[in-house]
Amino acid sequence: MSETKEIIITSDKIHTDEYLVNMGPQHPSTHGVLRLLVRLEGEMVHNIQPHVGYIHSGIEKMCEAISYPQVIHLTDRMDYLSAHMNNEAVALCIENALQVEVPERVKYIRTIMDELSRLASHQLWWCVMGMDLGALTTFFYGLRDREHILDIFEETCGARMTLNYSVPGGVMFDIHPNFQKRVKEFIKEFRKKLPEYDQLLTGNVIFQERTNDIGYLSLEDAIAWGVTGPSGRGSGFSCDVRKHQPYSAYPLVQFEEKLATKGDTFTRYRLRMEEMYESLHIIEQLIDNIPEGDYAVKMKGVVKLPEGEFYQRVETARGEFGVYIVSDGKKNPYRVKFRSPGFSNLFALNKMAAGHKIADLVAIMSTLDLVIPDIDR
Amino acid sequence: MNALFQYISTVFKGVGTLLTGMKITGKYVFTPWNNVTQQYPENRDTLKMFDRFRGEVIMTHNENNEHLCTGCGICEINCPNGSIEIISKMELTEEGKKKRAIDQHIYHLGMCTLCNLCIKACPTGAIVMGQNFEHAVWDRSKLTKVLNQPGSKIAQGVKE
Repeated sequence: MSETKEIIITSDKIHTDEYLVNMGPQHPSTHGVLRLLVRLEGEMVHNIQPHVGYIHSGIEKMCEAISYPQVIHLTDRMDYLSAHMNNEAVALCIENALQVEVPERVKYIRTIMDELSRLASHQLWWCVMGMDLGALTTFFYGLRDREHILDIFEETCGARMTLNYSVPGGVMFDIHPNFQKRVKEFIKEFRKKLPEYDQLLTGNVIFQERTNDIGYLSLEDAIAWGVTGPSGRGSGFSCDVRKHQPYSAYPLVQFEEKLATKGDTFTRYRLRMEEMYESLHIIEQLIDNIPEGDYAVKMKGVVKLPEGEFYQRVETARGEFGVYIVSDGKKNPYRVKFRSPGFSNLFALNKMAAGHKIADLVAIMSTLDLVIPDIDR
Repeated sequence: MNALFQYISTVFKGVGTLLTGMKITGKYVFTPWNNVTQQYPENRDTLKMFDRFRGEVIMTHNENNEHLCTGCGICEINCPNGSIEIISKMELTEEGKKKRAIDQHIYHLGMCTLCNLCIKACPTGAIVMGQNFEHAVWDRSKLTKVLNQPGSKIAQGVKE
């Protein structure tokens, strides 16, 4: 007995009154194979150390062996909930490098698809957030409405999640004849359904008690850790790429960058709900005005980028996504680097959750909206 | 006294918010026609996928067992993950010239990511996306398919 005590005291890393607990990699509320090494004192979280790499698939390295149009389909598999934004980022990067001007029609289609993806992603985030906090009902309601968007994707792009719809110089197919009709039907229906979300979860007393005034992230920390997207904007960090460096049809539409200053879990929740209304507003402005024209410009059979470095950033549902391509003039990229929002957002978790109870950790992690393949790539 | 009153009012407010949520779920309990669930394995006969749905790569054959594939291998080059292997052979045409033709169009469904790049690149439209999505098999080797049917040949008039 006395021997054990001595070992514990002499070790300078483990203290007698702290536990080291692995949360994950098979934990249901980490949404995938994320491992958090949590240092606990009783129920209080002292420190969180994320361990990534359990689903590392080497996408960046794989990109070096394939041609530019083929790179796009791999980006579907990183952040599978904002697949179209990822595709668009690579396509825009290639177009900028080759100085190809895409038709107006393509810009409109891409923007509508972006916003539909954002809606689908936020719907899934909302239902999973409820499920993490023990409200399984929200899971079914969110997925029910998300199904309409996935049907629209399936009809036009041919796939539900791994769309692979943007190609260098345009989009893969023209929009389906039913596309506009279906999107309008969806908006009309979803405008009715969205207040139901608030009634189900937002005002709920249990949900309020579990999210209000926990997981504070200050503006300084948000900037220092590179927290972007709704998580960063909840702390007052104006980081919307759609506003600050507009691409596709975003310069043409009126929308508001939602900002809040409080920076707690409920603020981030509220902000994402507001963003859903903004997305609907953006789609409504574009859907009736899609100009006629080609859906893609003719590209060369073998796409070769000029020598140099190219960077393009877009706003996905989680934050700022960047594509950095180094080209040596051949048909394969020399090096590809993806700046994924999930990775930066995850490492701010320690700032938010330290000092809270372990049950709050689940709620805080939920509002970060983590997608694990996006973190590991 | 005031604290007690506040406590009771919080309890009632809390119960009120729970009832608001239950009103929504109650509404859907009593209006089952709003349900959207599909009875999937039972509705197999009537289930129709969208035209552009990407299920698997197939090669279309007409009634004379003829296809449009010339064996040019462009789909093989465009495939990002090596799911397509083209084995071509040399055939003698009627004029006595040698001409390349397809021997086996091998398709590994297990490696395919259904990205549609091969179909977009095919110059003759020989391969298309099929609508079948039930790909579960007991053995991985069953996922390797030969797309051109045995004894099939290229249709008249197809040029590379």
